[in-house]
Amino acid sequence: MAVPLLTPDWLQIPGFPGADPLAGVLGGALIGLAASFTLLGLGRVAGVSGIAARAFGLSGEGMPRSMAVLFIIGLPVGAAILNLLTGRGAGSFPEWPFLLVAGVVVGFGTRLGSGCTSGHGVCGVSRLSARSIVATVTFIFTGIVTILIMRALGVAG
Amino acid sequence: MRNLVSALFAGALFGAGLTLSGMTDPMRVRGFLDLFGDWDPTLVFVMGSALLVTAIAWRIQPAMARPLFGEKFSLPTRKDLDSRLITGAALFGVGWGIAGVCPGPGFAALALVPVAAVIFLGGMLGGMILFRFTLDK
Repeated sequence: MAVPLLTPDWLQIPGFPGADPLAGVLGGALIGLAASFTLLGLGRVAGVSGIAARAFGLSGEGMPRSMAVLFIIGLPVGAAILNLLTGRGAGSFPEWPFLLVAGVVVGFGTRLGSGCTSGHGVCGVSRLSARSIVATVTFIFTGIVTILIMRALGVAG
Repeated sequence: MRNLVSALFAGALFGAGLTLSGMTDPMRVRGFLDLFGDWDPTLVFVMGSALLVTAIAWRIQPAMARPLFGEKFSLPTRKDLDSRLITGAALFGVGWGIAGVCPGPGFAALALVPVAAVIFLGGMLGGMILFRFTLDK
């Protein structure tokens, strides 16, 4: 159940018929607006892993816990609203063992590295933070290597 | 109260953006990381667009005495590069590659594919708890 493309044929990138640049630009702008609203409205960085740890009671840093809980609840609420309005869904997720192992590594790694794609990748890089740029280059690199290794081993994921 | 509504709004906007952009589709994320296979450039557009918008906010922020709905700005101040940052980011990338899911889309997916999302988030919570009782300072 692949998510249908938003990008019309005439706007498609030559050589990448499966890409969805229009959805990327529009969705990315919404993500940027959310990060901007969190920064200018709440005075905080919109890093989901840190906010999640705060909401779960596993971190003493960051926004007040009640705010963290509501931010986290907002994520599926926004996804549900967008899904109702546009019909865009989630595509297909990997089998459960992959999800579980990935979840553990993501949880531990984001806490040790103080952030994930949102906090480092969007908020930190747009601030030109050296820490976030190094973190983002690192996690994209190990992500690429992971896919390479899984492909070499013939593991689907 | 205004704080709490704003936090819910920020999360909802974020979740809507993740879903619209296709980042809640693990195949699309893994396609971006599959640089030497059937590469999917969509994530470049997501990141580019999000970075451009957020960079404008960072230009506005220093001119503001306080946030619109809060008392004061509480922003990261660290500038040092340490092994924890790099090891943590490296581990995160491995997990990101294995499933094609990162924390934001994991939560957003609760509304779209709840069972898969709960398994991923359960693992993530476990990883965070493991960190809390081992390497947390």
